[in-house]
Amino acid sequence: MNFPILSIITFLPFVAAVVMLMIPADRKTEVRGVALATAAIDLLLSGWLYLQYLLGGMTGYQFIETYNWLPALGISLKFGVDGMSAPLVLLTGIVMFTGVLISWGDYDEKHHVSAGIQDRPREFFAFLFLLAGGVFGVFVSLDLFMLFFFYEIAVFPMYLLIAIWGWIKTREYAAMKLTLYLFIGSVVSLAGVLVMYWTQYQNTGVLSFDMLQMESAGFSSTFQYIWFLPVFLGFAVLGGIWPFHNWSPDGHVAAPTAVSMFHAGVLMKLGAFAALRVGVMLLPEGAKQWSWLIMALASIAVVYGAYIAFVQPDLKYMIGFSSVSHMGLVMLGISTLNQTGLTGAGVQMFSHGVMTALFFAITGMIYDRSHTRQIPELGGMGKIMPFAMIGFIIGGLVSMGMPGFSGFIAEFPIFMGVWGRQWLVAVFASISIIITAAYIMINIRKVFFSPLPENLQGHVGDITVLDKVAIVALCFFMIVIGLFPSVMVPMVETGVENIMRLLGGA
Amino acid sequence: MFTPVMFASILPEILILALGMILLIVEPFWKENQRRNAGWLTAGGLFVIIIVSLLFGQPGEPTAVLGGMIRFDWLGFFFKILFMFAAVATALLLMDHEKAGGRGEAYLLLLASLLGMNLMAVSADLVMLYLSIETASIPLYILAGFLLADDRSTEAGFKYLLFGTLVSTVMLYGFSLIFGFAGTTNIYKLAEMLATGNLSALLAFSVLALILVGLGFKIAIVPFQFWAPDVYEGSPTPVAGFLSTASKAAGFAVIVRLFFVAFPDFAPLWTVILAALSAITMTVGNLLAISQTNVKRLLAYSSIAHAGYALIGVVAFSQLGAASVVFYLAAYIVTNLLAFGVVMAFSRVTGLEELKDYAGMSRRNPWLALLMLAAFLSLTGMPPFGGFVAKIFVFAAGVQAGYVWLVIVGILNSIIGVFYYLNAMKYVYLYRMPNEDEEKHPIPLTRPYAIALAVLVLGVILIGTVFAPWFSWSDAAALNLF
Repeated sequence: MNFPILSIITFLPFVAAVVMLMIPADRKTEVRGVALATAAIDLLLSGWLYLQYLLGGMTGYQFIETYNWLPALGISLKFGVDGMSAPLVLLTGIVMFTGVLISWGDYDEKHHVSAGIQDRPREFFAFLFLLAGGVFGVFVSLDLFMLFFFYEIAVFPMYLLIAIWGWIKTREYAAMKLTLYLFIGSVVSLAGVLVMYWTQYQNTGVLSFDMLQMESAGFSSTFQYIWFLPVFLGFAVLGGIWPFHNWSPDGHVAAPTAVSMFHAGVLMKLGAFAALRVGVMLLPEGAKQWSWLIMALASIAVVYGAYIAFVQPDLKYMIGFSSVSHMGLVMLGISTLNQTGLTGAGVQMFSHGVMTALFFAITGMIYDRSHTRQIPELGGMGKIMPFAMIGFIIGGLVSMGMPGFSGFIAEFPIFMGVWGRQWLVAVFASISIIITAAYIMINIRKVFFSPLPENLQGHVGDITVLDKVAIVALCFFMIVIGLFPSVMVPMVETGVENIMRLLGGA
Repeated sequence: MFTPVMFASILPEILILALGMILLIVEPFWKENQRRNAGWLTAGGLFVIIIVSLLFGQPGEPTAVLGGMIRFDWLGFFFKILFMFAAVATALLLMDHEKAGGRGEAYLLLLASLLGMNLMAVSADLVMLYLSIETASIPLYILAGFLLADDRSTEAGFKYLLFGTLVSTVMLYGFSLIFGFAGTTNIYKLAEMLATGNLSALLAFSVLALILVGLGFKIAIVPFQFWAPDVYEGSPTPVAGFLSTASKAAGFAVIVRLFFVAFPDFAPLWTVILAALSAITMTVGNLLAISQTNVKRLLAYSSIAHAGYALIGVVAFSQLGAASVVFYLAAYIVTNLLAFGVVMAFSRVTGLEELKDYAGMSRRNPWLALLMLAAFLSLTGMPPFGGFVAKIFVFAAGVQAGYVWLVIVGILNSIIGVFYYLNAMKYVYLYRMPNEDEEKHPIPLTRPYAIALAVLVLGVILIGTVFAPWFSWSDAAALNLF
């Protein structure tokens, strides 16, 4: 029996959530301490997992754990990671850790800044960790039932997190909209999954939710043609696919900072990942037949998202729509169904996760201090919080796809892959690069380098040490991958090879 | 001839009767302020009975006992345990009810009704079935109208009584017609007798319809659901909880046994009827729940909707279908009792039942708020709570049987559910009391509530995570039907 590292990574947040709820409500420091310790352990474990996979030959699924959960219906708790999911587990660890750091909630007497979470931190961290545990569970599950189980666990805490701790003006509306969108998406997929389960039983006589088993279930072409779209799109809603992206920017804006980080950084990957795992890998024929549609939707998302981000006066909306644009690139990469494109999509999931978490963290820091997110009302932040400025600029460079940063490593193969399929789409989608560069640079100039508006003078202070640690941690990964692509690209490639095998090398 | 198996088959019922007797004898000697202890006696006694039944009352191969009146099998046994569990929780929740808690009659009526439900689950004969349904119902009529000073409670009792007696006579008419056609009242002999009787489709339809009126009333499906919201709202809250869980599950126990065993030849007919009723029930229940402002009425409409979900498993008419119904009811009983328990604990302190009164509840008692969250998320069908797995099983059974359309209706309905359950939680977590002084208005829990709610929430989580044992029991129960 090996060390059950995946179970520990997944269930630790749940245990921590229960422990935190046991602590009396007024012991806020203890609650935060437990949260940070748990997040740190999970980050270390997922980092260790990543390195083990990287150094351990990188073949197929590893760290497999199987527990029979309900043999009568073929449900088992089966965990394992491959080259696709290992980076995402690490990503979740990073976002969880930095999310706790920036939610710490120290009260700055001098500037009257109440950054982080002051109100009921116990419940906040407990719900956040339920969410985190669910996310880990989805990334490591190899059993479709369990994947669903964790997927739903990852969805519902969002409602509470946004509705309770969110931005007071839109939180009720945004939280309900988000939950309904995601729930509709997931139950549509659920219908497809149940049909797949019984069809497999008819075809092979095997009653199992095991995804590795289902890969050889022999679904007919017609079946795949019919059910690919519900399954793929149902999950892709969470990945922010156009035209079902609408919940996402609203949710980002209404959510408290750490939740925005989770939401954009990890949750949207959850949708793309599940769409890939269940939609493309289990219904490859369907994927081939519908890839043109996914490609069309994704390329619209890329350009449309970038354009809306360009015209947004609200900093958080801007990042929200830039997420739609960047997640569109992930979907675009998936829709190529070729080695290059899929590899790009895999790296982009990680790169965008870290980058957008960084953006939201810094936006949250600015908002907590200046009490506005309207870009025209901001300015001069560069002098007050130089550290945040550097972080934002690095994030911006990643977002633009500058060589030397992770964004380039991710986006370049995606465009290569798309070019291989349909060069027109690549040309169309590349418009987004120009728009992205434009809005990033305009905003950096306005927010950080223009003079400080009078009404903000004297009120705004620098960010805390914990904030700086979070920024450094996030920037570290983007630069390392940018400079040394070999720490991630080959790993993702092994995962992609598996997908290509299922696609029959098309 | 009296054999040990006869004794074992009605062991829980004998013990419940004995417990009732003890209660009757002991209670008059207690002083006014001690009468509440009848709740401890009832709950404790029932708990012991559950243990004893599990140890000594387990069925083996399905057998007909007591002159064919009773079927001794896992299906009945599993339901009995569920009913007794529900009664334990209800007795605990009754204890601190201001008006009803200190009166021994309430517990005695609860036991009497429980006795009837237990027999409903095992009846193998139409006569026995009818008697047990009445035994279960009449005490509930009284319990619903227990609060004499409260007009709403009196109305609830009367409404329930009038509706109940009306539909039970209709059902009795259906039973008598069956007897006329088949010449037997034994459920297990009906199938072959009806098969040889050349019953025309129209007649079969009318008989099934007559029976469905009675059972549909019990499980509160559309179009026999009108009583539920009013009765739940008016009755003492723990009684409403019992009505919406045990009483409903008892109805399902009868439906499953009667339809699966006695009418398999008419399955194409009744599955279509039930599929339609299921779709309508889910939709109507959920749509009407959206606009409710009273928590008990909200739960009433939600419980109507849940009867619709559970019916999907019956419609599937397969072993998995039956197992999923049993599983669904187990999860639902625990969840809904938890929900009503929270409502009871809240209204005991505040005396309020409107949704808006729940504003700020999470600050007044964070634990109670979490329990309510668990209950409502389980009703929504979210993991890691029981409702999620239960719903998946029912849907899986539906898809297996080819009722994809019905499952899609169910899925659409659970989306409506998300909306109104989460909307209710918004009051608890998001809104605040008018003066934002929640610290001054705590909601203390008394010991019976703490015990009952803790057990229930553990149950909700256990069913939702470690579901293998529950499912194999449900499956064993379902196996008895085929």
